[in-house]
Amino acid sequence: MTVNENQNPSNFGGGGAAAPPRAAAAARPPLEVSSTKVDASLRVPLLALFGGAALWLVVGSVLGLIASIKFHAPDFLANCPWLTYGRVQPAADDALLYGFCIPAGLGVALWLFAQLGQTPLRGAIVPVVAAKLWHLGVLVGLFGILSGNSTGFAWLEFPRAGSVILFFAYLLLALWVMMNFAARRERALFPSHWFLVAALFWFPWIYSTANLFLVAWPVRGVVQAIIGWWFAGNLLFVWLALVGIGTAFYFLPKFSGRPLQSYYLALFAFWTLILFGTWCGIPPGAPVPAWLPVLSSFAAVLTVVPVLAVAAIAWQTSRGSDAPSLECGGDARVVAPVHADCLVGQDKATRASHSPYGDGASPPRCFIRFGLMSFVLSSLMLIAMACPRISRVTEFTWFGPAQTQLQLYGFFAMTMFGAIYHLLPRAVGFELPFPKLARAQFWISMYGVVLLVLPLAIGGVEQGMKLNNFNIAFMDTTKAMLPFLRISTIGLLLILLGNSLFALNIFAMTFIWEKSLVKKAFAIVTAPLPVLRPDKIGTTEGGETPEVKV
Amino acid sequence: MKNGFWIFLAVFVALGGSWCGFVLAPELQLGGAKQTTILNSSDVYPVGRPGEATQGSSVYRANGCAACHTEQVRQTGMTCAVTLTDAGKNPVAVTNLISSLKLTSLTKEDADKAADKISAAGGKTEIHIAATGPDIARGWGMRQSVAEDYLYDQPVQLGSLHAGPDLANTGARADANWQLLHLYAPRSVVKGSTMPPFRYLFEVRKIGREPSPNALKLPPEFAPPASCEVVPMPEAVELAAYLLSLRATVPLYSAPIAP
Repeated sequence: MTVNENQNPSNFGGGGAAAPPRAAAAARPPLEVSSTKVDASLRVPLLALFGGAALWLVVGSVLGLIASIKFHAPDFLANCPWLTYGRVQPAADDALLYGFCIPAGLGVALWLFAQLGQTPLRGAIVPVVAAKLWHLGVLVGLFGILSGNSTGFAWLEFPRAGSVILFFAYLLLALWVMMNFAARRERALFPSHWFLVAALFWFPWIYSTANLFLVAWPVRGVVQAIIGWWFAGNLLFVWLALVGIGTAFYFLPKFSGRPLQSYYLALFAFWTLILFGTWCGIPPGAPVPAWLPVLSSFAAVLTVVPVLAVAAIAWQTSRGSDAPSLECGGDARVVAPVHADCLVGQDKATRASHSPYGDGASPPRCFIRFGLMSFVLSSLMLIAMACPRISRVTEFTWFGPAQTQLQLYGFFAMTMFGAIYHLLPRAVGFELPFPKLARAQFWISMYGVVLLVLPLAIGGVEQGMKLNNFNIAFMDTTKAMLPFLRISTIGLLLILLGNSLFALNIFAMTFIWEKSLVKKAFAIVTAPLPVLRPDKIGTTEGGETPEVKV
Repeated sequence: MKNGFWIFLAVFVALGGSWCGFVLAPELQLGGAKQTTILNSSDVYPVGRPGEATQGSSVYRANGCAACHTEQVRQTGMTCAVTLTDAGKNPVAVTNLISSLKLTSLTKEDADKAADKISAAGGKTEIHIAATGPDIARGWGMRQSVAEDYLYDQPVQLGSLHAGPDLANTGARADANWQLLHLYAPRSVVKGSTMPPFRYLFEVRKIGREPSPNALKLPPEFAPPASCEVVPMPEAVELAAYLLSLRATVPLYSAPIAP
């Protein structure tokens, strides 16, 4: 790390994928590694990570929809033990978290580190194997839950076999990301580095702690519940925040064309997040020694600080940028077809990669902006639920699931969609097959989140107030919740549709890439034997890694 | 990267702090917890669940019952009342004293004071302590759930959602027959219930030479044809046994009640 660069905030941002920070580029000889080469080295691992993630995303939303329909018709699929509510619901949650969020986050981290460090990934076969292993672990885990072998701990339901596979797959992936980080050519550190390195390091710690103390050698009594809350809070709030915000802090300056506002505020957000956020999660009414929930509530209130810091950074960085105003709208006029994304300092190919969405709209930007807004809102909901007075109403109501869904899907998954739509075309070397669908997905997923979260949150507050009035029979509180649950089913339906569009793009991309591989291989096999014609040899060699021109 | 080591160390300490606080410290404080004695008694609590109920706990886990049900009663406060058990040698004075005192809806301190005054006048008293709060008023329990209640549970399934009612004391509210009927056809006993039926824990079979004594006595609209009967499979019996074992009614030092 060169301290000078690090301390000069103007050097951060603006740069990234293609262009290193301008000052850095001027100070040292041009790097011989082109961005395309970095991208190409990541192609196969990213397709492996994101392909499986897209599959689990769709599977998870189908399971979630099945669970939700059971509130309309409790007899729906009731004779099948594999699809009873108590198994389908956790399976849906875990498919979203372990199936999509974590591998997507790891893939984005892999790409970000290679880009920020200007360093091609070496030994790409290892992350590919690790990605396949991870998705195998998710398969084993989901199979375990649906067959009735859940561990019974929220967010840790995967039985032992699944957890062990996940753990080692994660270690392999994280190790490769860190090796790429250690070998980086561009030595400057960006705030994204801090967030992502901490996240990479934190997951194995919390995941092994939870699995060892809850599943392998269970501790006694309520200590299980305490460790369970600690784990869930750290995974769902801290880990996702570190990865999601780390990612957003890379993309915000790129999209707005001005440096992150500011570097020091970002570091401040980082330190306060890991200092306070890691202590959240123990509900105020928990049947545990009083110091635990008191400490946790106190920490949750302090967590307002990093959340507001993130909001301020996002606001300041996007505000007054040189980019034309963002159009997520479907009928947006063409303001500036290419510059809408305003990738300052990008090469022509990179800029062109944003035009196919048309009409100046930029799904990646829309997704990430929505993700940041969801982060702030869901974090404030989390903090509110940690306040004893509010918790008295919201505890044990649908407000909790509403917060979780906003965090997992509204914030994290949406941020990842934006990042993946941005980076995957670069990594694979050709455009999204259906760019218009990416844009449609933004709207569908966004309305899906709103229709899922808003009714549950409002209904949850109403449910909580009714539960606190013992004159209202419990059955009536349940009945009053049904209309809200029905609206949320529509939200889940939209989310399923949005997820399918995402998966369609990813799968089609994988298919096109595989087809080009087969074509090349076929061309090599069927090529006439080299009759010493040097000009022909040159074109058929290296067919295993086709360089598709953008 | 000359600062790299120090940055890493600082991150390690920051993250490790929460591990020490919420993993290590609770384990040191509670990990060695043992049975406690019931208030005003020499009996210990909790005694482990019967074997069948322990197996039922794993049926509860396997089917994710905790996705909708909690096992935790909350209380917002407590209220005390003083009653006279023996007027003693000077009943008139005691009666006069009592009529001048407030004896219900007291805090523990006020109840103790009132009891002291009455005993000074020669009467004998009892102090009743009742927990208060919506959960208690709903009949979900007599007192709040405390750490001791979960000592032998594996896994501890507190739950986080009241999509269904709290079950911390369901064993005190309903009998085995009700539990089995409710599992097979929730709406046969609770009108409008949104609970999914757990028919796969039961066997619907032709009645043999004579009906099984375990067959459910279902209302006609939920019953199979007359020649068939619904018999709980072992899992259903175990689950019902577990639900029956769910009762946390004894007074403890950390949750005193005196009915």
